[in-house]
Amino acid sequence: MNLTAVKSIYIFEMQRFFRTITQSLVSPVLSTSLYFVVFGAAIGSRIQEVEGVSYGAFIVPGLIMLSVMTQATSNASFGIYFPKFIGTIYELLSAPVNFFEITAGYVGAAATKALFIGLIILGTAFLFVDIQIAHPFAMLAFLVMTCFSFALLGFIIGIWAGNFEQLQLIPLLVITPLVFLGGSFYSITMLPSVWQTITMFNPVVYLISGFRWSFFGTADVSIGLSLFAITLFMGTCLTAIWWIFRTGWRIRQ
Amino acid sequence: MSNIVSVKNLHKAYAGGFEALKSVDLDIREGEILALLGPNGAGKTTLISTICGITTATSGSISVGGNDTVADFRAARNLIGLVPQEINLEPFETVMNTVRFSRGLFGKPRDDAYLEKVLDQLSLGDKKDAKIMMLSGGMKRRVLIAKALSHEPRVLFLDEPTAGVDVELRKDMWEVVAGLKANGVTIILTTHYIEEAEAIADRVGVISKGEILVVQDKAEMMAQMGKKQLTIELSDPITDIPQALADYALERAQDGLSLIYTYDTRGERTGIRTLLNDLSEAGLKMVDLQTQQSSLEDIFVGMVREDA
Repeated sequence: MNLTAVKSIYIFEMQRFFRTITQSLVSPVLSTSLYFVVFGAAIGSRIQEVEGVSYGAFIVPGLIMLSVMTQATSNASFGIYFPKFIGTIYELLSAPVNFFEITAGYVGAAATKALFIGLIILGTAFLFVDIQIAHPFAMLAFLVMTCFSFALLGFIIGIWAGNFEQLQLIPLLVITPLVFLGGSFYSITMLPSVWQTITMFNPVVYLISGFRWSFFGTADVSIGLSLFAITLFMGTCLTAIWWIFRTGWRIRQ
Repeated sequence: MSNIVSVKNLHKAYAGGFEALKSVDLDIREGEILALLGPNGAGKTTLISTICGITTATSGSISVGGNDTVADFRAARNLIGLVPQEINLEPFETVMNTVRFSRGLFGKPRDDAYLEKVLDQLSLGDKKDAKIMMLSGGMKRRVLIAKALSHEPRVLFLDEPTAGVDVELRKDMWEVVAGLKANGVTIILTTHYIEEAEAIADRVGVISKGEILVVQDKAEMMAQMGKKQLTIELSDPITDIPQALADYALERAQDGLSLIYTYDTRGERTGIRTLLNDLSEAGLKMVDLQTQQSSLEDIFVGMVREDA
């Protein structure tokens, strides 16, 4: 195991993040604040409590998830796409590192950035609404697992993408709708029954539900199912990455 | 000298069916500078990429320092430094940071003193904190070399290090290569400049259409280059070379209408004057004389064309 290589990739990626710290942090914090103002204060004041929680507080876990999922995906996809685009990937391919070490370095860094942003948004939320976290450790565990699994997904997208448009395509066309329709802003029990059934096919539902449970102790689906869903998702992504490096798909001729 | 790199029966076909390498065998001796000479598309870069692990071979085997590049990829790659043909660098990083990253990738502990020494040798010492995008083309190429040397490799592959580089910088690069050789690094460079191979290589390999046509000591190749041919055209065809001229290395050509005499320009005597005397004494009438000298370029072009 070439731990030095993992560390080098991780540090190299984190340096990029800190070099652009302002734009890395300002935009998610600003957009989340806007959500709080619009949905929490303006519209939320007209909405009754959802599952015994004020609407402003109810949307906090969903908002964090929304940011964390998109950030983890885009950071990881850019992290591996950029070396491919500028050609420096030759160095990764000719270095004494295996797929696991490359993935650990890039995904670890992308997940850390997303976690950082998630925690900052949580901090921002305290300024707007009154919330208590029922299970803080479970909350952190869910957050970390979500960061990692979506960074893995982003890593796959970055390897698959042949240009910058494709790099944006999956997050825009798949992840954003899934997250919005996954109950970020509502409880799925608020949907008509047909849509409730359809929604159950959205993997993001389980993640948001589990994360919300760690805040308020109530969930749309059972916590065990949530854990199972996130583990399954992570396993699928890891298998895909293992296959990519074994076959050299899109990276090795 | 022992072989540090050994390529056996290497074959590479790309997905489209194009055969980039057809059964390549190549042994690279420890401590030498080997120049791989070949036209564009000959398979030079594919060969290097396959040795370094960027491309996977269709069949065949490669060992570096006795380690198989697939089974023992870590041990093999630890010994290798690669300088790619294209200038592939992170534009927003500083020189030192990117070199440090390369060293780390190879699992070596951080050693800024060593890296600074490498940068100094490449005249980049005062640029270590500069962003790569601020550097000139020649400096960027040297940063690539610094990255390749960052983990103290024993074999360095330089893929067309002087392509598109001006004459002065090319000479600089040759000095850098000579300095590395003096430090005991084995160097393999690809080029399509014959003068480059002449200037710095110990051995020259010619590759064309995915096949290695010849690998030879440069001195031997130069000896071939030193040969010159004199063609003597005769007025009447001869069937046999007269007995009086048997001592000369003569060849009959054009159905006896001309004689070809091969001699060494570096010899003390070319023997041309006595040959011409003996020719007229033997009663042969000359119509014309012409001389030809083969250069490495001729040898090279000849080989590549024969192969076509």
